[in-house]
Amino acid sequence: MPRSIRASGWGHSMAETYGRELRRAGADANSPVRRLVLLLRRYPLGAAGAFILTVFVLAAIFADAITWLDPLRTNAPEKLMVPGGKHWFGSDVMGRDIYSRIVFGARISLAVSLGATTLGSVLGVAVGLASGYLGGTFDLCVQRVMDVLQALPLLVLALVTSAALGPSLTNTVIAIAIPMIPASARVIRSNTLALREAAFIEAAQVQGMSEWRIAIRHILPNTVAPLIVLATAQLGSAILTEASLSFLGLGIPEPAPSWGRMLSESAAEYMRTAPWLVIFPGAAISLMVFGTNLLGDALRDILDPRQRG
Amino acid sequence: MSGYLLRRVGLMLLTLFGISIIIFVLLRLVPGNMVDILFDSAGMVDPAEKTRIAAELGLDKSIPEQYLVWMNGLVHGDLGYSYVSEKPTIEEILPRIPVTGRLALSAIGFAVLLGVPFGVISAVRQNSGVDYGLRVLSLAGLSIPSFWLGLMVLMAFSALTGRLPVYTEAPATVLDAVLLVAVPAMTVGFRSSALIMRLTRSAMLEVLRQDYVRTARAKGAGAGRVNFHHALRNALLPVITVIGLETAFLIGGLIVTETVFNIPGLARFLVESIRNRDYPIVQNLVMLTAFIVVSINFAVDLLYAALDPRIRLGA
Repeated sequence: MPRSIRASGWGHSMAETYGRELRRAGADANSPVRRLVLLLRRYPLGAAGAFILTVFVLAAIFADAITWLDPLRTNAPEKLMVPGGKHWFGSDVMGRDIYSRIVFGARISLAVSLGATTLGSVLGVAVGLASGYLGGTFDLCVQRVMDVLQALPLLVLALVTSAALGPSLTNTVIAIAIPMIPASARVIRSNTLALREAAFIEAAQVQGMSEWRIAIRHILPNTVAPLIVLATAQLGSAILTEASLSFLGLGIPEPAPSWGRMLSESAAEYMRTAPWLVIFPGAAISLMVFGTNLLGDALRDILDPRQRG
Repeated sequence: MSGYLLRRVGLMLLTLFGISIIIFVLLRLVPGNMVDILFDSAGMVDPAEKTRIAAELGLDKSIPEQYLVWMNGLVHGDLGYSYVSEKPTIEEILPRIPVTGRLALSAIGFAVLLGVPFGVISAVRQNSGVDYGLRVLSLAGLSIPSFWLGLMVLMAFSALTGRLPVYTEAPATVLDAVLLVAVPAMTVGFRSSALIMRLTRSAMLEVLRQDYVRTARAKGAGAGRVNFHHALRNALLPVITVIGLETAFLIGGLIVTETVFNIPGLARFLVESIRNRDYPIVQNLVMLTAFIVVSINFAVDLLYAALDPRIRLGA
């Protein structure tokens, strides 16, 4: 467990519970392997989620090694091939291999969703920390701006931003990150407000520590756990938003193999004659989001015992 | 109470004002001048004509001036003209409202009818096989993109019946009319139903541990009466909040679903207008969306206070 989470107090009940369970089982509580086995047994769905995500991450990293056809190369004689043989998942109307496109598509999906979630969280943390710590008029103004960003559905704001910036990978990341700022800013702000009154912050102030040092060294590490929970939830919605934007033609431009784009190109036209064009990209999106949701639920249970359902 | 209402209405107006500025500026960032785009598509080259059209559309004015013209129009009910169809914006938007409204209401209805009972079952049978199955199913509901679900439903529909439920103005039979709304509504509502189920479950679990539920059981009330009369009524409060918050997500679902099912509603129109850079339509539609979201959140707050006597607004 990272030191910062342990220090936050969020992890205490988990450590205690495990300690008790491990002692009861007569196990060596310090063995990392035993701890991992216990964690897997206690959160099988979370472990399944982590496994699914790991498979996608590995596929994205080693995409060149596990595919044998160029995802961008068109091959007219082999268009709309049925899945099997050379084309595991079939081929599209331009003869491009669907399996290669799905594997390389994992790179795009992960790059956009991880990029957008990280950017949104970093900006959200900065805004939330400043807002909660400084308070006053600054906080009031920032909160109204957050109200504004939250009054528009994520997809609508992302659509307009994406259209304004023009279609590209970086712009898609920005378009998805902006609507995500308010959620993390609000979580960090409310945590900061609660922590500001804590005795250890007062102690730091008495010692003469500067406000910024207190905010970064003491308050920020204590908000890591809820931030991880939120970021995992946002990762899933970032994947879905990227897919929707690309599906609507306002996300990742051609010829990059984006899963959402693959669905919009061929889906309606070849739905009856070549259903594999619809089935595989959609299954890839759903499975990846399913993995993040499973993992997110388990992380929430582990890191935030108050929300256990 | 009236002080609270005034403050809330003030905040709503402030939020809408903020949105109007953000949207207006964002749309002016779009690369390429609108007149150039119109010219390119029409194949015209006369520069004098270009200046005339720019002046006619008000595009020769500065951005703050253009904003003031728009706001002045909004206040007086004049939303400008569509660049594409050249019809008044209001005439483009109004006929599409019932199409999307019907779809949205059916989707919410479907989500509640499916989500609440399954949430109760899941909570009452906590940690059973049924509970596990329903939880995995609800997580799947949150993971499947609604446009893919829509495409899969269309595919299954055409495989089973040999035809596609494509939108028409005048459906031939009553069954057709019901299917044309029900199939897309279920596609959009599935996600919301998953969320409602998860929330009903956790709210029910909390309520079922309360003393008054134990008292009701001790008095000999039947399981059905305890679960639905005593527990569900109290568990529904947080669920109502989520149904309110879900509207924002539902609009996202409508955008893709209307596109998949080719439904001529507001959500698909928004995407088309963004693609066509039809600013007057986009900015007014986005304002309408924001107005709906903000008003529903307001209504949910009031409803919450009306249903829960412990909450006194503005106290």
